[in-house]
Amino acid sequence: MTPSPIAFKAILAKDLRAELRSLQSLPAMALFAVTTFVIFRFGLDRTSLSGSLASGVLWATLLFAALLGINRLFVAEREEGGFDAIRLAPIDRSALFAAKATALLVYLLALELVVVPVFAIFFLDSAAALGPLVAVLALADLGLAATGTLISSMAVHSRARDLLGPLVLLPLVVPLMIAATGASEPLLAAGGPGYHRFGTWLAVLCLYDLVFLLVGYAVFDFLLED
Amino acid sequence: MYGKGLRPLSIATVVALAAAFSLVFFYAPLDADQGFIQKIFYLHVPLAIVALVGFVIGGVFAILHLRRGDGRWDAYSYVSIHMSVIFGVAVLITGAIWAKASWGHWWVWNEPTLVSFLIVFLMYATYYPFRYAIEDRDRQARYASVFAIAAGAFVPLNFMAVRMAQSLVHPRVFATTDGGLPGSMMLTFLACLAAVALLWVTLVKLELTAKSASGQLKRLRRALDAPPSGGSPRIAPEVS
Repeated sequence: MTPSPIAFKAILAKDLRAELRSLQSLPAMALFAVTTFVIFRFGLDRTSLSGSLASGVLWATLLFAALLGINRLFVAEREEGGFDAIRLAPIDRSALFAAKATALLVYLLALELVVVPVFAIFFLDSAAALGPLVAVLALADLGLAATGTLISSMAVHSRARDLLGPLVLLPLVVPLMIAATGASEPLLAAGGPGYHRFGTWLAVLCLYDLVFLLVGYAVFDFLLED
Repeated sequence: MYGKGLRPLSIATVVALAAAFSLVFFYAPLDADQGFIQKIFYLHVPLAIVALVGFVIGGVFAILHLRRGDGRWDAYSYVSIHMSVIFGVAVLITGAIWAKASWGHWWVWNEPTLVSFLIVFLMYATYYPFRYAIEDRDRQARYASVFAIAAGAFVPLNFMAVRMAQSLVHPRVFATTDGGLPGSMMLTFLACLAAVALLWVTLVKLELTAKSASGQLKRLRRALDAPPSGGSPRIAPEVS
């Protein structure tokens, strides 16, 4: 039995290397997000955003861009027989869940590294909110990575995988989005960042992350059995 | 096999529903504030409670399925969720009627219970496309169980997040815990809750019976077509 940390590192390194070489997901996600901002600019007919509108635009865009990456997360495993290889390998299956969730987390952080500054340049008057926003982004990404990995690993085995992932994932992340937008709304308010109920929302995000990381860890074994 | 006891259960359900509704119309006092329309409370709230509990029961059956690997539990989990989704439609409709009558709008976004229930309903509505998009029967059952468990964990989180998103100044129209209701109303409400819960159990049992019968029929047909082999006589209800 290979120890889990080694398996985890190997799968994660494989994923990141494959993404770096093929660039299948990240550029598409970033491009999608930037184009969506442009559409929001005309759809809302605003050149600057603040408060709830700003946080809504930011989170809706990030969520839909994340869906692109989540849809593709297990496609290589499915098409190239990676699942069979994992099943044959003498490793703990939870290592696959942990590695995939971490890979998705890295994608999301890389996406936000590009997209959030673009959002600030396009729509925000000052960049003061970006500092505390990092905490919200990181916690929400962790939750998205947990649920996204869980749903994607199931959807990839279905007939309509591109359809099914978003369909199931969207209602599942509603509480996450409520907390994330709730925390970012005062941060992005017109008169400089505010911290109304900031801590409470961060606590909700932490709880969501914890619950779905535990659920994913507990049930992932059953998803690979065959 | 699942049909055993279905007849007395159905009779008990009919009697309980009739008794509960006669309590609603002839015993419970008219609400001082809302008048007659408040009676829908005795249908709407029990339906909602039973639907939510049914979702949780579906999740518990799903855990049993994954732990024991017996397809029977998956069928239980499926039927529980199926029945609760149907009850959920009734909850949304009765809720909309009540909202229109007492608040003047069919839908009110700042009532957290309403919004949470809608989100939970949407979540479970995706159970069907999700389940039937997976062809392999074993895998379908396992994935559906994972879905039921994840969604079961999601229900309380969702209620919490939606409630916190409201400004918390909206008055609770009816406190369902005691103290908010006078004794006669509480008694009527509990009778309705018991009757609706019985209805849920009866319908679940009925659907399991139907599914087990159709599974049995399929197996007999197959046995007619193919040369006989020694299978177990115990037939699990088939979900299809």
